[in-house]
Amino acid sequence: MSEPLYELRQVEKAYHGRSVLHIDELAVYPGEILALVGPSGVGKSTLLRLLNFLEPPTKGTIMFRGQVFNGQQEVPLAERRRVTTVFQRPFLLNRSVKANVAYGLHLRGNRDSREQVADVLARVGLQDQAQQRARTLSGGEAQRVALARAMILQPDVLLLDEPTANLDPYNVGMIEEIVRQMNATQAMTMVLVTHNIFQAKRLAHRVALLLNGRVVETAPTDTFFNQPGDPRTAAFVRGDMVY
Amino acid sequence: MEVVALSLRVSGTALLVSTVIGIPIGAFLGLRRFVGRPFVMALLYTAMGFPPVVVGLLVYLLLSRNGPLGQIESAWIPRLFTPEAMILAQSVIAVPLVAGFTMAAVLGVDPQLQQQIKSLGATPWQEMATTLSEARVGVIIAIVAALGRIAAEVGAVMLVGGNIDGRTRVLTTAVVLETRKGNFELAIALGIILIGIAFVVNTTMLILQRQVSK
Amino acid sequence: MNKKWLWFVAIFVLALMVAGCGGTAEPTAVPTDIPAPEVAPTDAPAPADTAGERPRLLLATTTSTENSGLLAEILPAFSQEYNVDVDVVAVGTGQALQLGVDGNADVLLVHARAQEDAFMANGDGSRREDVMYNDFIIVGPPSDPAGLQGMTSATEAFTKIAETQSPFVSRGDDSGTHSKEKAIWAAAGIEPAGDWYISAGQGMGAVLTMADEQQAYTLSDRATYLALTLEGTELVILVEGDPILFNPYGVIAVNPDKGAHIHADLANQFIDWLISVPTQELIGNFGVAEFGSSLFIPDSNAWRESQGMEPHSN
Repeated sequence: MSEPLYELRQVEKAYHGRSVLHIDELAVYPGEILALVGPSGVGKSTLLRLLNFLEPPTKGTIMFRGQVFNGQQEVPLAERRRVTTVFQRPFLLNRSVKANVAYGLHLRGNRDSREQVADVLARVGLQDQAQQRARTLSGGEAQRVALARAMILQPDVLLLDEPTANLDPYNVGMIEEIVRQMNATQAMTMVLVTHNIFQAKRLAHRVALLLNGRVVETAPTDTFFNQPGDPRTAAFVRGDMVY
Repeated sequence: MEVVALSLRVSGTALLVSTVIGIPIGAFLGLRRFVGRPFVMALLYTAMGFPPVVVGLLVYLLLSRNGPLGQIESAWIPRLFTPEAMILAQSVIAVPLVAGFTMAAVLGVDPQLQQQIKSLGATPWQEMATTLSEARVGVIIAIVAALGRIAAEVGAVMLVGGNIDGRTRVLTTAVVLETRKGNFELAIALGIILIGIAFVVNTTMLILQRQVSK
Repeated sequence: MNKKWLWFVAIFVLALMVAGCGGTAEPTAVPTDIPAPEVAPTDAPAPADTAGERPRLLLATTTSTENSGLLAEILPAFSQEYNVDVDVVAVGTGQALQLGVDGNADVLLVHARAQEDAFMANGDGSRREDVMYNDFIIVGPPSDPAGLQGMTSATEAFTKIAETQSPFVSRGDDSGTHSKEKAIWAAAGIEPAGDWYISAGQGMGAVLTMADEQQAYTLSDRATYLALTLEGTELVILVEGDPILFNPYGVIAVNPDKGAHIHADLANQFIDWLISVPTQELIGNFGVAEFGSSLFIPDSNAWRESQGMEPHSN
């Protein structure tokens, strides 16, 4: 395997002195889709915030593209802008659909984004809604706008935090297909947080199980589901885990 | 009519000054957590409810020739009984209002939206600008509320302006003077102009608000 | 995104318009340019800083002089002759004197002799001159519940008001008129208190209006009362002519020791001009056309001399 894109060592995150995440070691490789699974409240979303550099770790180091960051130093804007997240809720701005999609490019000083916006809107099937106000969209449409808004940035890493929870099967299928395509055609690295093990199975190359803020097991998808190394993974995959 | 022009100039400039100062303060208080923030917020809420005439008195004592600022000769310190002194007093009245209402509007924006904004690559300044833009209806209300307060204000401008004919006489102080002289017709006419200006300004702001919030 | 900025710009432009519209209109707020004075100033040298901005003399005075319209009538002549703008701040006598004490004004025109003397004694003023006088009158409702009609003594009239507990509106603002009122109460040996004694804390015009509304008595200067009769008031003059109702105005130059910002030369020029015979004539003529009688009686030493009267003894 190639050099990892991310490498976390002894990373700990605590809020008000209470540790919610403790990762001894975790690597993310370029071009892969890594799924983080586990019951809710085990620190999956916290981990994504660390990977997006939205918050610094309390302890430990995060290596990203060969540079090592601990909680002390500011991550350079240029590095931070290589990563973006699509959250469970779309969080659209109270503007038009196309303004929402163009937002990230505008932040980067790119004013002439009309063609790119039209292009990504077509890819998520919303070319006709470009002029519409974002708040008039349905839940599925809004999440597709959120995805388009991230896609247009061509990030090195796309973080997906339960992107299809609460969506209907049509929208789930559509979003999964777009994600798979982006990964296949652009070799975009993705970290997917999901509590849906079937989604992890459908999309991911590797899967990691988190329990109580710790990584229990990381394995290629096939191994993870068919020959889990840890009894807790086996229980989780069988659906026996009580949570 | 010079009284109308001066009223617009004094309140307009004070509004501009307080907008430029108050909005960043409000946005900062709404977005950033720091030690002593609750204390600053309590201070701000107190300042919002400060009687304008007391602000006028404080500015008066500050600018008086035997006051702390009155002894300093500087182009930046306005003299008592000048339009600039009135602008200063009205700005002092308006800044807490603009900052307070802006802060409330910014606090009303979903904190997770800020996380999303940051995740899309916003710098802290861009984050602040976008949040303000999301809170724009509240920010407009902040500006309108401040304008309403200072344009209708009479006590402070009377004290620090001195109601000098042709120099510091504005609509509100002219109404007081004409009423005292018993010129009720003129007082009412000036009052109607004052109400008319308030109506035009508020209508404009309302139209603007509808435009930006739709 | 574009739209957002558009609106922010719109708000900004609106605010600028508000500010700018006043800005462009500002020149109208300043009296239109008066050509440099061709007439040589009568005595004092011309202001030194004519090259720069027109100097401004800050005159603190009582509301009575401004409300009566006297200053608006006579001041343009001074401004034109000396190329000076006079900023008139009309406040109560108490505040006017305080403005002098604090060095916030250049010259004072007030009517409260005892306080003026104290002001001079404290070294707050460099020069004081008598200017003019008007008189106070006791006005009240035509029904005259206290029966003052025909009385000639102000102290007796006040005693009557207190005895009958008839409503009386007091300025209550430390103004010259209020000082005079307190002096009359003191002369009558009465400490006014009770429901009938209304302390308004307002200017003369407002107090007269209040007295009119409440069918009450009050002490007023003649000028403000006469001006109000043009607007319509039920109040009538009941007592006048008592020497205690005499109301002399003095002009005081604030001591230049209070700071370099005090326009001492201008203040002296203003005083010289105010007490000169031609200005005194202007004062005497003021109001005659409108009310049929003078509102202020000229009384400077120069004027008395020109009329063959003895100068003031002080």
